Amino acid sequence: MDEPLLSLRGLTKAYPGVVANSDVSFDIGQGEIHALLGENGAGKSTLVKMIYGLVRPDAGTMSLNGGAFAPGEPSEARRAGVAMVFQHFSLFDALSVAENVALGMETPPKSRELAQRIRDVSEEYGLPLDPFRTVGTLSAGERQRVEIVRCLLQEPRLLIMDEPTSVLTPQEVEILFSTLRQLKAEGRSILYISHKLGEIRSLCDTATILRRGEVVATCTPSETSSRELAEMMVGASFAAPEARAHAPGEMALEVTGLSLPAPGAFGTPLREVSFELRRGEVLGIGGVAGNGQDELLAALSGERLSPRGTVALKGADVSRDGPIARREGGLLSAPEERLGHAAAPNMSLVENGVLTASRREGLVSNGFLDWSRARDFAGRVIERFDVRTPGSHVPARALSGGNLQKFVIGREILQRPEVLVVNQPTWGVDAAAAAAIRQALLDLAADGAAILVISQDLDELMEISDRFAALNEGRLSPARPVAELSLEKIGLMMGGAHDMEVAHVHG
Amino acid sequence: MITLEKRPQPSRTWTFLAPVAAVLLTMIVGGAMFALLGTDPVAAIRTIFWDPLFNPQFASYSRPQLLVKAGPLILIAIGLSLGFRAGVWNIGAEGQYIMGAICGAGAGLMFYPSESVLIFPLMILAGALGGWAWAMIPAFFKTRFGTNEILVSLMLVYVAESILASVSSGLLRNPEGRGFPGSRNFQQWDAGANRDLVAGTGMHWGVVAAFIAVILAYVLLTRHIQGFNIRLSGEAPRAARFSGVNPARVVIFCLGTAGALAGLAGLFEVSGPAGQISIDFNSGYGFTAIIVAFLGRLHPVGILLAGLLMALTYIGGELAQLMLSVPGASIQLFQGMLLFFLLGVDVFTNYRLRIGKREAA
Repeated sequence: MDEPLLSLRGLTKAYPGVVANSDVSFDIGQGEIHALLGENGAGKSTLVKMIYGLVRPDAGTMSLNGGAFAPGEPSEARRAGVAMVFQHFSLFDALSVAENVALGMETPPKSRELAQRIRDVSEEYGLPLDPFRTVGTLSAGERQRVEIVRCLLQEPRLLIMDEPTSVLTPQEVEILFSTLRQLKAEGRSILYISHKLGEIRSLCDTATILRRGEVVATCTPSETSSRELAEMMVGASFAAPEARAHAPGEMALEVTGLSLPAPGAFGTPLREVSFELRRGEVLGIGGVAGNGQDELLAALSGERLSPRGTVALKGADVSRDGPIARREGGLLSAPEERLGHAAAPNMSLVENGVLTASRREGLVSNGFLDWSRARDFAGRVIERFDVRTPGSHVPARALSGGNLQKFVIGREILQRPEVLVVNQPTWGVDAAAAAAIRQALLDLAADGAAILVISQDLDELMEISDRFAALNEGRLSPARPVAELSLEKIGLMMGGAHDMEVAHVHG
Repeated sequence: MITLEKRPQPSRTWTFLAPVAAVLLTMIVGGAMFALLGTDPVAAIRTIFWDPLFNPQFASYSRPQLLVKAGPLILIAIGLSLGFRAGVWNIGAEGQYIMGAICGAGAGLMFYPSESVLIFPLMILAGALGGWAWAMIPAFFKTRFGTNEILVSLMLVYVAESILASVSSGLLRNPEGRGFPGSRNFQQWDAGANRDLVAGTGMHWGVVAAFIAVILAYVLLTRHIQGFNIRLSGEAPRAARFSGVNPARVVIFCLGTAGALAGLAGLFEVSGPAGQISIDFNSGYGFTAIIVAFLGRLHPVGILLAGLLMALTYIGGELAQLMLSVPGASIQLFQGMLLFFLLGVDVFTNYRLRIGKREAA
């Protein structure tokens, strides 16, 4: 075997109260796509931050191409040839692609020259991108291309990608994979972080699995089953959602010709959205981010009111009812954005329980809050959904994204909704917890609730939905039974990605 | 390199320690300032913080003054704090205070010289209503047209001041006042006078109202859903909307409550310590209360203490000017330092200092 590009030896990093990484050692070879797998809190982020120079290890060494490598800050790592595409893009909506790229460079070239380089790189790697488009008008997939092109302009030897496919359509995923394979063929290495085991099995050469900050296994993913990979991550076998016989009952939620103007400059208008949802049924709504998901949720939760006759709950028109009245009618929802929308960052979990459960759980009587019942409710959510937190008194922002997600979804599920609308229910949640959330949604449906799942994770939608529809620029396709669909058909229903037809791939 | 690192949750120790540290820092830096001005710093600090309460010569006068000055500050600040918690920035309490005084005094004087026991309650009601109505103007424009309540409420202060000037030399002028501007003196009219409940303590109805407001605000914010909604609206407006809070109602409630409390403060002042409506009736309580609200961290108990502390620095400051002949500006500087250090030290409640290489955890 050739000398590895990057080797980690005994990396250890501890934070007060928690050891994020303990004695982590592995090698990333030249021209290798190396997967890093692990649950939330397994220490993937910390590890990657150490490689990228954001965090200094307490102990252990790294070597890059045989030489010692200890970046003190990201710019040092970048100079050494390490680039990173973050899960959450750091782009300015109001600036153009070229301006955004220039912001990340230490000595940006002239704008025309930069635009040409962006064009060259994007063509070379099959990532079509117009340097002068405003980022605010790009789809999530295109934004990711901006980030990738930004990295490629630095001619990196190691590219770190954190959960890159979570916002992409299947076609966009294919384009991304071709690009990554092309990079690999050029001898560059990629450290690929993902929860999606199927992707890792088809793309990656080697996988390192972290659990509680330690390396538990290194394997060849194509020779290992998804189930085995998942079990290594979790350290125990976990239950995949059970298939179930689906017997739709009476009408629960009926949306007819729902149109709403865009809420802001970068929002999406809803255009004639119609669907129906029966008891015991799970309707999956797919689509690339920014095609009206948030707007649809707001129109269903009651945050935005719609014209009379557009939203009917159990046969009664609720179009003009606010969130409280809809909750009392049994329509509950969980928005995608956890901090600031589904939960108040600086308020405790107890208070965040009151946020939606005050009426249904009887946490308020005569206007006065019953804090002991509220504590009890938050405690039940924490216990039932395995939310890892020192207690219900901590503020929501102190929780990791996945744990807060479990709390936010659990808070609604425990209120026994008749209709539950969730947006990205397992976004950023580890495999075991995601499976638990999906199972809870299915159990709820089995008990006769109607579930609407808005998600960008198609595997998830295929796994739990009975019927599937896609949002594209605020329009909802007709819903079709999942059994009749193929991944290709779904991709076409979703459309959404601009420039798809020119996205041909070299080499 | 020195960096600030956000704490995962606010430090409880620092929440309590910060005000104490701020007062100590103010004493040290303020003491240095007085020393530079050629005044004995220890004497200056003692005159400001100690003599008003415990000096046998001055305490009998200044101790009641403490309550007289703190009462309106606390009453107004409590109302303002509700809005500030919700992200509703009412800067015009001074105007609401003036309008409360005018309406309350006017309602009482309509019945002069009646000695009915109903007159004082009527004045209280009219005072609260006057302040409330004045605050409803920015509330209406904000909820209806999305105007900025900071500007509207502030501008209305100047309108209120003009109305005050007008009525004190017109509508409410004392007919027996030989042409001098200013209304009848309430201290000379039993039915409308807000006197000390226990003579010589400074404890008048306005101070009682302030204490009641502290308790009610505490209960509202910690136990009542309306208080919860107010806090939620300030912490996370989108989450509040998701929860089902109607933002317009929160704006109206917060502005209305603040206006009514400021109006009450105005009424208790005009019928008590001030005695009459006059052109220079208002003395900036409505603006100082903004400082008191933040000094008390928008918490009712904090506001109670901050109001007393603020009143103390006023009285002590006057005393220092009188006894040590320090310039008035230095006293204002001293008060400014107190606010500055409090807000400065407050950073440590949410952040911790880290010396060394920067890390993003």
